[in-house]
Amino acid sequence: MKVVVCSKYIPDPNLPMTVDPERKRLVRDPAQSILDPGDEFGIEAALKLVEEHGGEVVVVSMGPEAADTAIRRAMAMGVERAILVTDPGLEGSDALTTAQVLSRVVATEEPDVVICATESTDAYTGMVPGAMAAMLDFPQLTFVRSIQVEGSTITVQRDYENGYQSVKAELPVLITVTASIAEPRYPSFKGMMQAKKKPIDTRDLGAIGLDAGQAGQAGARERVLEIRKVEIDKQTRVIEDDGAGSSVDEIVNYLKQVQVI
Amino acid sequence: MADKRIWVWTEIAADGVHPLSLELLTPARELGSAEAVVFSAAGNGVSETLGEYGASVVHLATDEVFSSFVAEPHVATLAWLIESERPDLILFPSTFPARDVMARLAGTLPRGVIANAAKVEFDGDQLVATVGYGPDSEASVTLNGEAPYLVQIRRKAYGASLAKGTAEVKEIDAVSSPSGNRVQVVETVQEESAGMNLEDASVIVSGGRGLGQPDNFKLVEDLAKEMNAAVGASRAIVDAGWVPYSYQVGQTGKTVKPSVYVAAGISGAIQHIAGMGNSQYIVAINNDPEAPIFELADLGVVGDALTILPKLTERIKNEK
Ligand SMILES: Cc1cc2nc3c(=O)[nH]c(=O)nc-3n(C[C@H](O)[C@H](O)[C@H](O)COP(=O)(O)OP(=O)(O)OC[C@H]3O[C@@H](n4cnc5c(N)ncnc54)[C@H](O)[C@@H]3O)c2cc1C
Ligand SMILES: Nc1ncnc2c1ncn2[C@@H]1O[C@H](COP(=O)(O)O)[C@@H](O)[C@H]1O
Repeated sequence: MKVVVCSKYIPDPNLPMTVDPERKRLVRDPAQSILDPGDEFGIEAALKLVEEHGGEVVVVSMGPEAADTAIRRAMAMGVERAILVTDPGLEGSDALTTAQVLSRVVATEEPDVVICATESTDAYTGMVPGAMAAMLDFPQLTFVRSIQVEGSTITVQRDYENGYQSVKAELPVLITVTASIAEPRYPSFKGMMQAKKKPIDTRDLGAIGLDAGQAGQAGARERVLEIRKVEIDKQTRVIEDDGAGSSVDEIVNYLKQVQVI
Repeated sequence: MADKRIWVWTEIAADGVHPLSLELLTPARELGSAEAVVFSAAGNGVSETLGEYGASVVHLATDEVFSSFVAEPHVATLAWLIESERPDLILFPSTFPARDVMARLAGTLPRGVIANAAKVEFDGDQLVATVGYGPDSEASVTLNGEAPYLVQIRRKAYGASLAKGTAEVKEIDAVSSPSGNRVQVVETVQEESAGMNLEDASVIVSGGRGLGQPDNFKLVEDLAKEMNAAVGASRAIVDAGWVPYSYQVGQTGKTVKPSVYVAAGISGAIQHIAGMGNSQYIVAINNDPEAPIFELADLGVVGDALTILPKLTERIKNEK
């Protein structure tokens, strides 16, 4: 079974996010960027599938050259091989272009399963996987929390508002996974050493058959017109409890003040 | 110039039109003529409600393939309907199925998309949507290229409001997707929490890993009961199996916007804040003064949730 995981290199979500008002974009500082923590769940799910059924896990990523650090992390977890699409012309790509680029590369791999995260931790759009599924003409099984493959049939449980749905399809499929799918393994020292030697195939726009005019800022349909600071006039009042519940009076007063009790 | 045609992708829940779809008829009506698109085997009988909330037309397909949700037949039918009707803008609510349909539709047509918009308007013919951009900025964004524009609107960005109109129903048939129906729904399982619906609650009490152990979650439930509040949770304790997934608030859980959100033993990870940061008032109880939740809280209480929660519950009970 061949499993492709689409994973993204993003600014560390635990650090404050900065916006470049001139270029109307997120500042992406390689020193502070990492593999999207949300992607580790998909990588884990992919590794488990291959451990059970045999085959290979390939990571596909679109991003700057420095994104190889994110790929190395996936490799340290056990991924064997990766393709990184990187080109200055890709800067400023929107969700649609990203899906176009990724689906072109994924198609050449002829995978049985494509795994994405439900949404990226920096863009939060959740639009890339569904758009990719359409371009690949694969069924999309989204918000998946467990996967079972028997022969060429895949059965998954997918979250929905008030519970879950169990759905079935023939391979190949594209799935998006939630964080309940599996606890990501921590890379071992040996894994980290091996990762350094694993192959990353780097491709530019030409290699995937797109012109500069179709990608990046030039090809983007979504355009940022303006970025504004919003004033958050939050006035936090912090009180300290004495360990015996002395804060309760103040909490009650506050709740009365905001009229919920 | 003719009125712009604004479609609302409308979801039908067990008890009628999904409230988040009704909310979207408000901006649709402000921007032009509001039309609802309803693909659901349970879609008969909802046009009256949709008319009352401002839809002038309901495009209705009630075929059997729409009896449980699968994205492909929705997208095939919607793509066909767009081709023949040519709307200017399609608004999608912030629900799982809406995102599924919108994303696949974007790749099929193809069209650009804007997700998580807090506001949508037209400046002449140019679409302008407001989206959040990091914790303290927002952006105005537009879409180039051909209409229809596809925009997903954040939960509770608009309020549903009565227009007291009536809608004309235009029935259509499902279009089967070129590759056939490849996804089969085996079963659908309800896991609803016993308590109040999180998304509609005006007060929410949530608990996290700081409660220490599963039994202590009862302290959160007790306070919620006394405050007539819904109960939420962080992912840490959902993953640990203390409470079902339907309790989870955050990026990969529910987005809530109550007037008061009480967070007990929750650190305030960015993914949690993504789901509750727009609450009107936030009260946080955490024993670590450095916890990030305090940056967001209106009232921060540094202390032991296990001590404070029962006392608070008791006090509120006595106040009544
Ligand atoms: C892709 C992705 C998606 C995610 N989606 C979500 C999501 O939707 N929702 C979500 O919640 N998380 C989500 N997370 C997880 C998130 O990053 C955090 O791990 C999680 O929110 C932490 O939960 P917590 O605050 O309960 O636990 P912790 O971070 O462990 O915090 C526990 C807090 O309790 C405090 N505490 C300890 N003892 C006490 C006491 N006696 N009294 C009071 N306070 C005490 C501690 O000081 C600490 O601040 C996601 C993560 C990823 C990577
Ligand atoms: N540049 C990218 N490279 C690889 N995968 C991506 C990229 N952008 C998005 N994805 C995949 O699509 C998912 C959803 O992203 P988004 O639509 O941006 O929220 C991510 O979690 C990844 O799995």
